[in-house]
Amino acid sequence: MADYLEEIQGETDAADPTVGDTEIANYTINFGPQHPAAHGVLRLVMELDGEIVERVDPHVGLLHRGTEKLIEHKTYLQALPYFDRLDYASPLCQEHSFVLAIEKLLDLEVPLRAQYLRVLFAELTRISNHLLNLGSHVMDVGAMTPNLWLFELREDCLNFFERVSGARMHSAWFRPGGVHQDAPLKLLADIADWLDTRLPELFEDAISLVVDNRIFKQRNVDIAVVSKDDAIRWGFSGPMIRGSGLPWDLRKSQPYDVYDRMDFEVPVGTKGDCYDRFMVRVEEVRQSSRIIKQCIAELPEGPIASLDRKVVPPKRAEMKQSMEALIHHFKLYTEGFHVPAGEVYVATESPKGEFGVHLVSDGTNKPYRCKIRPTAFSHLQAMDFMCKGHMLADATAILGAIDVVFGECDR
Amino acid sequence: MASPAPVIASNEGVADAVKAALGDSLVHAHEAVNEISVTVRREALAEAMIALRDSDGLEYQQLMEISGVDYPDRPERFEVCYHLLSLTRNHRIRIKVTTDEEMSVPSITHIWPVDGWLEREVFDMYGVLFEGNPDLRRILTDYGFRGHPQRKDFPLTGYVEMRYSEEHKRVVYEPVELAQDFRSFDFMSPWEGAEYILPGDEKAGEQEGAPTPVTAEEQGDGEKEPVGDDAEPTPKTTDSPEQTGAGPKADEKAAEQSDEPDIPGGDKDG
Repeated sequence: MADYLEEIQGETDAADPTVGDTEIANYTINFGPQHPAAHGVLRLVMELDGEIVERVDPHVGLLHRGTEKLIEHKTYLQALPYFDRLDYASPLCQEHSFVLAIEKLLDLEVPLRAQYLRVLFAELTRISNHLLNLGSHVMDVGAMTPNLWLFELREDCLNFFERVSGARMHSAWFRPGGVHQDAPLKLLADIADWLDTRLPELFEDAISLVVDNRIFKQRNVDIAVVSKDDAIRWGFSGPMIRGSGLPWDLRKSQPYDVYDRMDFEVPVGTKGDCYDRFMVRVEEVRQSSRIIKQCIAELPEGPIASLDRKVVPPKRAEMKQSMEALIHHFKLYTEGFHVPAGEVYVATESPKGEFGVHLVSDGTNKPYRCKIRPTAFSHLQAMDFMCKGHMLADATAILGAIDVVFGECDR
Repeated sequence: MASPAPVIASNEGVADAVKAALGDSLVHAHEAVNEISVTVRREALAEAMIALRDSDGLEYQQLMEISGVDYPDRPERFEVCYHLLSLTRNHRIRIKVTTDEEMSVPSITHIWPVDGWLEREVFDMYGVLFEGNPDLRRILTDYGFRGHPQRKDFPLTGYVEMRYSEEHKRVVYEPVELAQDFRSFDFMSPWEGAEYILPGDEKAGEQEGAPTPVTAEEQGDGEKEPVGDDAEPTPKTTDSPEQTGAGPKADEKAAEQSDEPDIPGGDKDG
């Protein structure tokens, strides 16, 4: 207190400057974990020099739920719904990796109709994920309207998911061997209708508000430029690596299900800034819409899941007639199926990038180890070098362009 | 391959190229389920990774993932799997090293900066030490967490639970208390190698069953082993009520009731 009294009376040493000529040191702030632009529970410890970001230390794990540990204690089928809850903005794409990993270990054939349905709904998931991300990105940098319009469309997508699986978000609809239930004809017709009318109208309207907007460009162009080399070294994938100009899309280069029959383009950026990543996602929505149309046009008749009764349970009607079916049903829903010992790493192109599952089986009915490769983990790690030298307000644009969901990052 | 899993470039010749590039740092390479796994010596990991990245014909530019696996029965219980991806050759490979709680794995952050967090995660989940990682902190678990949750000997429920205490006006940690025991069913078939003793089979291994009756041939030959009264008394399998496995009656009162002759409604069916 004495110091302070001396200070206000101006009795301090001249060599120790006080009011008026204070030396400004870097200071550290917390961004999150409760912040609307943090997209969940991200804590960024930022060191700022004035308004320039010097260093970012992301603290993740606030949403860690031990999914991988839980999966080790569940049968393969019981473990499936955990994947919906990882990246809750694109649930079906997470399931896709897991079911493909199981099928690879089992060497299980999947009927063509099931493969088409999976691709169809994986792409619908991609659209709904991008709608959410594009909307929140523009909102993070100050525009309100597009977000509301895009949410309208996202709502339509969720309604489609509900009509096919019974759940709006956590569908658990992809199953080892196929899908759970068939998609009704009316639903497919409605999706096709929606792709022809509502999606292009509303989506193009909403995007046209921002793509050439001066403020939007000022906030995104030349922000967080990532070179091709950096994108590779930092383990980028998905729209992040394509934004940097590498035409790398697992759907094209390592096709799974019926992606090899689909005709679509892979958009790439030219500079690797936030604007490029945004525009890559915009174009991906259009390409996904193309893929869905092809799926609906080509969708063959046939079973929607493998007929291998040691993996896929029989239909209920069959159980009323056949003892064998009843036994299969009972065994599959109590004990589950056994997967041959071995290990696989299966990665698919989720809307956010490469979503991989490293599945180690010891021949029992439960996974011995199920390591999930989240997309956001490597992207978020690059926050430090991407933010360096930018303004504090740019951090939200960078974060928006990463497209991070913490359910997936923290597992 | 029947399954619709992602199709990568052919594995043909890759294993040989890897063997040539890695030389004596390679311990073991095998191909299963269309995927190549290569085990390398722990000390030579960094050189092996550089060779895999830079050799012509391998060109694994990207490190996508590191996953730890715990095999408690092995002398070096942890396996650290590095998943590499080649963008130019469109190929994936898995590199493994083994280690235990004490021995550290050389860090490869200088080759791939993305390695930093991936190693931190393996350290957090398994306690594997990475030598040379500049920032080996915990990453996913809570601040001040103890233990390594992905180890097989770490219980699913953990050791502590957290709640907001109205009394202390802050968040408190307490030992975990389960209202119901954690249920872990085993689905081993009793006919196919369950290792526990089935109820009722407790005595199966303890004593021999009744001996096989002597054949007529043996009986005729009196010179052989004494049979009948001279022989050692064969132990009966159930000498006393205790050995029947029935046990005492559940309860005195229950016993009384069961002695009563007429059970209501008992003789209706005749």
